[in-house]
Amino acid sequence: MIQPQSVGVVVPQRAHFAEPLQLRSGGTLPEYELVYETYGELNADRSNAVLVCHALSGSHHVAGHYADAPNNSGWWDNLVGPGKPLDTRKFFVIGVNNLGGCHGSTGPISINPATGQPWGADFPFVTVEDWVAAQARLADRLGIARFAAIVGGSLGGMQALSWSLQYPERVANAVVIASAPKLTAQNIAFNEVARQAILSDPEFHGGHYYAHGVVPTRGLKLARMVGHITYLSDDAMGDKFGRSLRHGKAIYSYDVEFEIESYLRYQGDKFAGFFDANTYLLATKALDYFDPAFEHGGNLPAALARATADFLVVSFSTDWRFSPARSREIVYALLHNQRNVSYAEIESDAGHDSFLLDEAQYHALLTAYFDRIKV
Amino acid sequence: MSYRYDYEVITQWIAPGEKVLDLGCGDGSLLKHLAEVRQVQGYGVENDPDKLLACTRNGVNVIQMDMEKGLAGIEDGFFDHVIMSLSLQAMHNTQGILVEMLRVAREAVVSFPNFGYWRHRQSILNGRMPVSESLPHQWFNTPNVRFFTISDFDALCEMNGIAVRERLAFDEGKLILDEPNFLASVAVYRLGRGA
Repeated sequence: MIQPQSVGVVVPQRAHFAEPLQLRSGGTLPEYELVYETYGELNADRSNAVLVCHALSGSHHVAGHYADAPNNSGWWDNLVGPGKPLDTRKFFVIGVNNLGGCHGSTGPISINPATGQPWGADFPFVTVEDWVAAQARLADRLGIARFAAIVGGSLGGMQALSWSLQYPERVANAVVIASAPKLTAQNIAFNEVARQAILSDPEFHGGHYYAHGVVPTRGLKLARMVGHITYLSDDAMGDKFGRSLRHGKAIYSYDVEFEIESYLRYQGDKFAGFFDANTYLLATKALDYFDPAFEHGGNLPAALARATADFLVVSFSTDWRFSPARSREIVYALLHNQRNVSYAEIESDAGHDSFLLDEAQYHALLTAYFDRIKV
Repeated sequence: MSYRYDYEVITQWIAPGEKVLDLGCGDGSLLKHLAEVRQVQGYGVENDPDKLLACTRNGVNVIQMDMEKGLAGIEDGFFDHVIMSLSLQAMHNTQGILVEMLRVAREAVVSFPNFGYWRHRQSILNGRMPVSESLPHQWFNTPNVRFFTISDFDALCEMNGIAVRERLAFDEGKLILDEPNFLASVAVYRLGRGA
C-alpha cells in the first residue's frame, strides 16, 4: 500500500472525428471533436482501460490538475490516482467531455460549419446513447477494444449502463453509482423547472445569446439553485445551515437573510460563471430521455438482457434525487438475467452528492471491486 | 468460524449449475465454495457493510438488503435453492422469511444452532446462559434474537405447512441419529412447499 497520491499535472488532449455521427434525435453531427484526459499507462494487452463518464456538470477533467491551476483538481480526484480506489498504477483511466458539453468538446458554443456561427440552440439534441457512441469512437482511436470497467455516477451511471447495452462485448465491468434506469416524473419535473428558468431569461435570445454578446446567467443560476437543492439531503442542509440568520434576526428584506439563501446564491453564481446554458438544457434533456426499457414496452429486465458485463451498483441512503429504490430496479433486472451483480446502499447523509465524496465505506467497496478486476 | 460439515451437507444438496441465493452470506465463503465445486450462479444477501466488503473481496455477488423486510424484488421461484446458514436465529421475522424463502426458491436450506442441545440445557440448569461452539456469544452481545430447538422448528414447519424433506443433525461434526434434539448442536434442514 502507498499513501494515496494525486496523478499530478495533467494535459487535456483532443481528438477530431471527421466521420458524421448519426444521432438518435434524427440529426447528424457532420464532424466533431472530443476533449479528454488520461491517467496511468495503457498496458501492452490494452486490457486495463477504464472509462469514467461524467454527470450533468462534469467534464473530462476527472483527476489531477493543470500546471497553471494547481488548486483546480479534477471532479473525481479523490477516486482516481496512485493508491486511490481507481488506482492509476493498475488502470489506464480516461475522462471525456461529452458532446454538447462546454468544456472543449463540440457543443453549442462551437462553430457550426454550415453557418460559421456558434451552434447555439441549433446544436442537435444528444442522448446518452449518442454520447456512448461518440465515446466508443474515441476508444477505437485509442486502440481500446474492451474496457476493464466503465464507471459513472448519476448521469454518468446511465452512460455506464448504456455502454453495457450498446457495446456489451466491450465492457467487462460496469460500475453504476447513484443512478437510475430512467428518471421519474418528479425528477423530470425538476429538470423542467431548471430549463424554464433558462428559457425564460430575457438574455437567452432563443439560445443564440452568444450573437448578442450576453449570457442568461440569471436563468442558469436559478437552474443550478433548484438542482443543488435536490443534490443535498434535508438533514445535510439542516445540519449545515439550519435556520441560521446572517444578521442574527429577521430584517424583513429580500436580500440574503438565511444562510441557506447565501449558499444557494453563491453556488448558482459560481456555476453560471463558467457553465453554458445551452449545454445545461441539452444535458437535462439527455437525462429525461434516457430509458432503455422504453423500446421493450417498459420491461427493464428485457432491456438489460443484452448486457454481459459484471456490475457493481451503488446507491446512497439519503439520495432522494436518484434514490436507492431506483438502483434496486437495475439490480433486480440484472438478477433476472443472471448477470453477476453486487449492490450496496451506502449510509451517507450527503444526499445525491455523496457519490462525489470519499465516505470510507463507499471508497473501501470501490477499492475492493477494482482490486478484483483482472487486467 | 464456519462449520465445514454444515457446508458439506449443503453442497450435497446443490446440483451443478443451480441458481443459489444465500441469505446472511457473511464473507461469501459458502457461495465461493459452491461456485468452485458446483459452478452455481450464486448471490449473497447481507446488510452489514463489513460483510459486503468481504464478499466483494471474495469475488462473490452480494446484494445489500434488509431481510427482515422480505425479499421483494426477487421473482417467485427464480432460484433453485435458497440457503440460510446459521442466521435464522438472528432474525425477528422468522415466519415471514421462511415464507419468502419458499416463494423465491424451489427448496430452502436452513441450518441453525439447537438451543436444546444437552450442553446448553446443562448450562441453563447451572443457572447461566449457554456459550458454546454453536452459540459463541455472550447473552449481552449475541446477534441472536430467537432461541429455539429442533423440536420447536419441526413444530413451526408443521404449523406453517412447510415440508421437511430432509433433516440432518450434528454434534462436533458428527451426524447424530438418535435424540437429535438433545444430542445435536446444529441442525440442517432441506425444506419445500407443503402439499
